Amino acid sequence: MKLILKINKISFKAQKYIFFLFIVVLSIGVVEALILSPSDYKQSDSVRIMYVHVPSAWTSIGIFSVIAILSLGNLVFKNKYFLTIAKSLAPSGLIFNIIALVTGSIWGKPTWGTWWAWDARITSMLVLCIFYILYILSWRVFENKESVKKITSLISILGLINLPIIKFSVEWWATLHQPASIKLSGSSIHSSMLLPLFVMTAAFVLFSILIFLMKYNTELIKIKNKGLDRI
Amino acid sequence: MFGKKVKLRITFLLLSFISLILIVFLIIKSLEENVVYFKSPTEINDLSELTKKKVRIGGMVKKDSLEVKAEEINFIITDFKNEIRVSYSGIIPNLFEEEKGVVAEGFIKDRNFFIAKKILAKHDENYMPPEVKKALENK
Repeated sequence: MKLILKINKISFKAQKYIFFLFIVVLSIGVVEALILSPSDYKQSDSVRIMYVHVPSAWTSIGIFSVIAILSLGNLVFKNKYFLTIAKSLAPSGLIFNIIALVTGSIWGKPTWGTWWAWDARITSMLVLCIFYILYILSWRVFENKESVKKITSLISILGLINLPIIKFSVEWWATLHQPASIKLSGSSIHSSMLLPLFVMTAAFVLFSILIFLMKYNTELIKIKNKGLDRI
Repeated sequence: MFGKKVKLRITFLLLSFISLILIVFLIIKSLEENVVYFKSPTEINDLSELTKKKVRIGGMVKKDSLEVKAEEINFIITDFKNEIRVSYSGIIPNLFEEEKGVVAEGFIKDRNFFIAKKILAKHDENYMPPEVKKALENK
């Protein structure tokens, strides 16, 4: 509770600092990914799509887990700020989900030989996208304040079950998508390629925080000016 | 630590969440056939009845099995237990190579012959610069 009040206090000021930090980290990431990092022995330069594809997939999955945990938290502790935070997180999650799907498709054509495959990994990622859209839409569609909270929480908690399916789909079933490269036991991506991957992930997380702050600050203003709750 | 009401809610949510996971698990289990993107040569070999429908077979392209004729390429897909000969004419993806993963979509002729209509390359999870690959090979 104290933490949230703190967030509310600094969220207006933090926006420009986060923006500045995002620009810096993104520039480093882009230079690393496009110029400084080596090409792959097998895929040569098309491996560079990875530096957008993988971070955006990670970010979108991460954001959805936060949304689901906050919704669970609201159901237990009945704190209205939890849902406001969750609501404000959703747009950037959806954006990164779509980016992951599109870049995956662009990457798939030259490497696998197809734009799309209905394998478990790709399909479960598409299911996550549908959950995001349902979640965002239901915030807009339902008028009743109490029911909108319940419906959005339900959607996010249902969607939570999909997350381990995305993660382990490549191990449980035969898929066209290759298994995870980065595991607890180590990475099968060479260290020179890991650096841009992590810098780009940091950039995408910062971007999500930036979009979140913009949305959240708007929500806070709406709450302050009661009656202007829905525009 | 928590109040009585909060505890009750946690228990309720936990129980409903567990039952939800169970439901999803059962649904996926019953759909297993469709969730799997391709079958291995061993699974084709173990089929009691060969289907006439389109199927996908995945595995490794066997070493020294690739033959390229004018309009047609032939190769063997292996899972190191069983293998199946594949015949295909058309465009192959860049990453298609011997001793690399492949998924072939097409029709089963008999237990060890397969006519492919589409070839997809399945690449592995290893990424490294060419110099590192060379150094590894020289070891």
